[in-house]
Amino acid sequence: MAKELLKMEGITKIYGNGFMANKDITFTVNEGEIHALLGENGAGKTTLMKILFGLENCQQGKIYLNGQEAHIENPLDAIAKGVGMVHQHFMLVPNLSVAENVVLGIEPGPGQIFDKKTAVRMTEEASEKFQLKVDPNALVRDISVGLKQKVELLKALIRGVKVLILDEPTAVLTPQEVRELFVQLKTLRENGYGIIFISHKLDEVMELCDSATILRHGRVTGFVKKEEMNEIVLSKLIVGRDVVSTMEKKESTAGDTVLKVRNVTYVDDIGKKLVDDVSFGVRAGEIVGIAGVEGNGQNEISEIITGLLHMTKGTVSINGKETTGLNISQIRKLGLAHISEDRMTYGCAQDMSIYDNLSSIYLDNPKFTKGVFVNQKALNQYVKDCIEEFEIACDSEKSPIRMLSGGNIQKVIVAREFTSGANIIIANQPTRGIDVGTASLIHRLLQKYTREKGFAVLLISSDLNEVMNLSDRLLIMRDGKIAAQFTDMKKVNDELMGEYMLGIKKMTEEERGDLH
Amino acid sequence: MSLEYIETFLFTAVRIATPIMYVALCSTIALQGGLTNMAAESMMLISAITGVIFSAISQNLLIGILAGMMSSILITLFLCFAAFVMKVDLYLMSIALNTAMSGATIYIMYVLTGNKANTAGYFASLQMPNIQIPIIKDIPIIGNILSGHNGFTYLAIIMIFVVWFIIFRTKLGLRIRAVGQNPQAAESVGINPSKIYTISFVMASAIASLGGMFLSMGYQNMFIRDMTGGKGFIGMAAATIAGASPVGSALLAVVFGVADAVTHYSKLYITDAQFLSAMPYIITTVLLFILSYIRLKNSEHDMRKRKAAALKAHEENV
Ligand SMILES: Nc1ncnc2c1ncn2[C@@H]1O[C@H](COP(=O)(O)OP(=O)(O)OP(=O)(O)O)[C@@H](O)[C@H]1O
Ligand SMILES: [Mg+2]
Repeated sequence: MAKELLKMEGITKIYGNGFMANKDITFTVNEGEIHALLGENGAGKTTLMKILFGLENCQQGKIYLNGQEAHIENPLDAIAKGVGMVHQHFMLVPNLSVAENVVLGIEPGPGQIFDKKTAVRMTEEASEKFQLKVDPNALVRDISVGLKQKVELLKALIRGVKVLILDEPTAVLTPQEVRELFVQLKTLRENGYGIIFISHKLDEVMELCDSATILRHGRVTGFVKKEEMNEIVLSKLIVGRDVVSTMEKKESTAGDTVLKVRNVTYVDDIGKKLVDDVSFGVRAGEIVGIAGVEGNGQNEISEIITGLLHMTKGTVSINGKETTGLNISQIRKLGLAHISEDRMTYGCAQDMSIYDNLSSIYLDNPKFTKGVFVNQKALNQYVKDCIEEFEIACDSEKSPIRMLSGGNIQKVIVAREFTSGANIIIANQPTRGIDVGTASLIHRLLQKYTREKGFAVLLISSDLNEVMNLSDRLLIMRDGKIAAQFTDMKKVNDELMGEYMLGIKKMTEEERGDLH
Repeated sequence: MSLEYIETFLFTAVRIATPIMYVALCSTIALQGGLTNMAAESMMLISAITGVIFSAISQNLLIGILAGMMSSILITLFLCFAAFVMKVDLYLMSIALNTAMSGATIYIMYVLTGNKANTAGYFASLQMPNIQIPIIKDIPIIGNILSGHNGFTYLAIIMIFVVWFIIFRTKLGLRIRAVGQNPQAAESVGINPSKIYTISFVMASAIASLGGMFLSMGYQNMFIRDMTGGKGFIGMAAATIAGASPVGSALLAVVFGVADAVTHYSKLYITDAQFLSAMPYIITTVLLFILSYIRLKNSEHDMRKRKAAALKAHEENV
């Protein structure tokens, strides 16, 4: 019987606004165990972890560490008692070096003098010991997301924690980085660490975790051991009903090419060619997927089309009009909507309410204005409809966006973009960090809008299942070029896609066929 | 233009730069902690008058300077209490404090001397002596420009290194920088941002007070109403443009000293008083413009270089 590292017992949390986010939650983590915490967006996972890490207090319940009751006052206290957390939004100082970030708060050196050399050595030693390769002297702002996460892990491990909380650690990583992270987490497990792993990706959970606790509406609804885990059981416990994952896919009836990308090249400021003479089109009524290992130009394509990035060469046209020289808002008016990958930066105004975020793009729409005034009634109705149709879970439409759980923030953005009156949607990682139920809702909506309303959708995703299931036509990007096109989705599988994504195979122009 | 003329010109520039240098260093510390110090004017004013009074009464220069410094620290603690404990807006509070200190120093002077313009004749302040630097004073040209300045000027140069050392070589400095860039990150490892803000402001106020006392106890030997004349803001601009680098801000302070000196010397040629009084600010603005542009270009270049290096290191790793 493994030793019990952590037990949370009967935890109840009511937020200041009277919302009960956790209700009588009990769960345990043993030594050498990776324990998954699953649940819909807003189920209360992050809240529970904030309580454990001393960021929030709870009304009821006890926490035991190594069998002893512990009162955790603040994060510092949590770390001292052996609990570390890697936040979903990194807690790093960009202009300091990796080593300086790792030792911040426990700086080495005599008296007030900061001994940088020892800091670098400590980081190197820890990096060696825990197999987390980082360059101690690099500035944090220059390193990739994957490396930043390693720095966060080091920060916790160097302080000697035994219980590690990882809140959606894979949401921001590329598939290769996820592989690497899993290897590291498995090593930690062998060394007796207890890890709490939060994720919405069930395949990851099944691969990595030894057991899972499932929350719904703030309550524990299930506990599953590794042997009993499978996708159907887990998703049923998470959503509370069966999730239809295999959609009935209706034949697409593609119309005119409404989005045209022609000979687009993009060279970044260090002279690297990230997009190399790419041409393709999306027709009305079809979903075109772009897959590829992250960093092969997919993001740049989406940013170029939406006007966030200026291409070096080439043209993009939307509903027959070229976008060259137009700004983002002018491009949107041509009929383009965008669900951004980075929802916190580009997707929403965090301190504004759901209402304001939903209505922000309509303030000059004739439907909602009377002369120079806003037609409040129509706008109210619109916001209400959105909340209903897109199942946004909130207390009131006036609550600020940042009080929503991650998935519900995404729903607000999806709602706004789907109803913006545009007929072309660029969906860049639309279901990142989103629970299975909501993800399938977004998938159904994408289907519905293309089939019934003739929308053209460009779907960019690192989730291979997502692109395979949704796309009518699939492009694969490699080194800034289109390496392959599949028009018959029945013939596509992971393995085949992988070969093209990694550059093992490449299609000739004839094999690729018409890119429209 | 004779050589002697140029020498005197540059000597004047260094002299004028002294108080700006102090303010620039003071703003540097605050900026590294993520805050703009807009209260430098009040820190200088209160210490300028307090220093004069205490040195005159005690007839001890050191006591005068320490008293001046204490007065500056005291109003800063009040400012920090208002801003970080009572959560009053720091910048509004700083501006209010500046206005209040301009009035308060005049009032104190009036109560003690019956005069509203200056303290001459009532308080004979002790003065920091001018210092001849051995060896340097004998070097031709350089000696005439760099030697023979007031003690406060040399102290300012020492301060550049002190500030640099604190920010880049101490634990406190590391924490100040961390809080300045990402307070939440610092908080998550147990650093209290409000405490760090307060410490950095107190250090900043001690440095600003030396600039104030240079005016009333170095260059002059009396307090004159509003004698800081906007130097607090020019120093702040220097620090901001220099990207909060201690050496850079001090050098920029000298550049602004040159701008002021130009004005000073133009009096011989330009007679329009209005234009003259605007001139240092016009020159400053133009300089700021040019320097910001150069800095922007440089930082873009640096970024590219660093990114390329990081990319290469990564590729080698893989
Ligand atoms: N500060 C707050 N005040 C009031 N309510 C809050 C606050 N923070 C979170 N909530 C609410 O508590 C609920 C649980 O949020 P939590 O962030 O724990 O969800 P989650 O399970 O982590 O979801 P996700 O998977 O989307 O991240 C949500 O409904 C959210 O709106
Ligand atoms: Mg969460």
